[in-house]
Amino acid sequence: MNFFLISLIKTGIVAGAFMTTLAYLQWIERKVLAHIQSRLGPYRVGPHGLLQPLADVLKLTTKEGFVPSHVNVFFYVLAPFLAVLFALISICVIPFGPSVEILGVKTDLGLADLNIGVLFVLAISSVGVYGIALGGWASNNKYSLMGGLRSSAQMISYELPMAIALVSPLLLLNDLSLRTIVNEQAGYYLGVIPKWSILQMPFPQVFSFLIFLISAFAETNRVPFDLPEAENELVAGFHTEYSSLNFAAFFMAEYANMVTVTCMATVLFLGGWHPLWPAEYGSDYAPFALLAAGSAMLLFHGIVQPVRGRKWDRYSMPVAGLVFGALSLLFLLPALKPVLVPVFWFVAKAGVLLFLFIWIRGTLPRFRYDQLMNFTWKFLFPVAIVNLLITALAVALQGPKG
Amino acid sequence: MDLIFFLLFASIAVGCGISLVVQKHPIASALSLIGVMGSLAVLYLLLGAEFIAAVQLIVYAGAIMVLFVFVIMLLNAAEEAPSRKTNWPSRLLGVPLLAVFVALLAYLFDKMSPSLGTVTFGAFTTGGKQIGRSLFNNYLLPFEVTSVLVLIAILGAIVLARKEID
Amino acid sequence: MPQLTAVPLSWYLILSAILFALGIAGFVFRRNVITVFMSIELMLNAVNLSFVAFSHQLRQVDGQIYTFFVMVVAAAEAAVGLAIILTVFKNRQTLTIDEVSSLKN
Repeated sequence: MNFFLISLIKTGIVAGAFMTTLAYLQWIERKVLAHIQSRLGPYRVGPHGLLQPLADVLKLTTKEGFVPSHVNVFFYVLAPFLAVLFALISICVIPFGPSVEILGVKTDLGLADLNIGVLFVLAISSVGVYGIALGGWASNNKYSLMGGLRSSAQMISYELPMAIALVSPLLLLNDLSLRTIVNEQAGYYLGVIPKWSILQMPFPQVFSFLIFLISAFAETNRVPFDLPEAENELVAGFHTEYSSLNFAAFFMAEYANMVTVTCMATVLFLGGWHPLWPAEYGSDYAPFALLAAGSAMLLFHGIVQPVRGRKWDRYSMPVAGLVFGALSLLFLLPALKPVLVPVFWFVAKAGVLLFLFIWIRGTLPRFRYDQLMNFTWKFLFPVAIVNLLITALAVALQGPKG
Repeated sequence: MDLIFFLLFASIAVGCGISLVVQKHPIASALSLIGVMGSLAVLYLLLGAEFIAAVQLIVYAGAIMVLFVFVIMLLNAAEEAPSRKTNWPSRLLGVPLLAVFVALLAYLFDKMSPSLGTVTFGAFTTGGKQIGRSLFNNYLLPFEVTSVLVLIAILGAIVLARKEID
Repeated sequence: MPQLTAVPLSWYLILSAILFALGIAGFVFRRNVITVFMSIELMLNAVNLSFVAFSHQLRQVDGQIYTFFVMVVAAAEAAVGLAIILTVFKNRQTLTIDEVSSLKN
């Protein structure tokens, strides 16, 4: 099989999975937020609101794509395009798993392995601001303009601590290619403690991980840094004038940015697809155990002890339980195990970080604008520099590797 | 393949460059300049300068141009008003002379072409490692001097743009 | 005509010359100070392209180092220049370079 065909298949799989993730991330976010606030969240469309994303997409596509008369039409239409383009493109350098052999074909799990993978992601994320800034400007509305201005100022400011926080693990891992970076994090100290760069000697990168996460919140315009789209001060900021698919594009870009950032954090700090504990202690069976437990719980609540008042759960929950059970058995198949288990660990780590994003959205209030700027320039940036200096010193004292 | 990529991105660069000069609105000019920079980054990749291509996007397109767009939006710069007194001789002579200048240069380069050789993708690739090694050995002093320059620039920008405190 | 896969180095230089000429044209013809500034950036970019092209031809990394320095200087220049533009706008409420002529005559 030639290279192009394999690449095409991989692109198709990744694109499909990515789009589904984006659609369902929104459902998960609404559900988690609802449960944090003691509500039920989307519940009407499908069992437990599972078809809600589909309904949302239908609604947004069938709405009228209204272009207000006072906007600068060219830039108004271009802005959401740019936002989505730069949000989606980064996924193509993220490695999801090791090199594997499927049906006799040897291939890397992941689309492309650039020599400058880290820089590529940084470059794309630094260009990503144009979508929001232009959208705010082209709307020709003072609130939107404020949103665009805030967004560009915020992105420039938070990019510095983010880039410096990225440099520290790179000093430990000694390469710019994302795949090599993950391979450098293989192995365990004392047989159990993973050698992820967040724990790697000589200087564990806990601080740069935290700085990276905080800056990532700001870069993706998430609470508590969502000033560009603050509803109560800017009437939704840069996307006030957008409707229909253009609006959906901005939303999709936000979620895609979230996924990319969590994938980057996983690759750089949390060891990519390497499991939390060594395979000798059965980490390969963790996905099976987890999914089987989920399946058992669903079956128990669906058949043995249904919640009163939810009559459809009697049918939907056992079905979901059976699906989970079938999935858990997939992880035991020797043919699929080397592919699925690393991907599971990667997805699990990224998923935990995504949950953190949602959790914080449900917990923290929004920063004030001057607080936001003071925080990055007077606190985050110096801390990142000090962390970088200490890491550099530790690496220099340790001497060259190998 | 190389040729197709070169022609594609070279024409994008030239098109965006013309648009930069012709567009009336500063935002449109800024976006055209970003287009030029993006296509130049691809050309750098074709020339094997991976690190420079990434830095081109990060520094130029991601930082400098964001600053430009920010200032244009902040000052709410409107479309350029046509100049009050048009200097007709410069209009009539300038553009053709510029074209003649470019044509002369192109002719010269084309004459020199056999001695200059060709560019093949992958013949000479430099990543971050070579750049870093060269930067911190042969070019250490210039590097330190530029860091001082950047510091001075930061101070100057703050002094110029700060609010007057009374 | 060399083989079709390789691009002659001279083409890169011609492209660089064209972009530089466009930069000059923008610098001379435009009246908005921000656009003039952007034309300068375009000229710097054009020069960078020839640096990288020669670096590839000579198989030496030095040309790329120069490009790197040009970028750093361009960043410093942009910061100071835009601060000056902001100050001028604060004092005169104009961005047209023809109207900023206190030192003339």
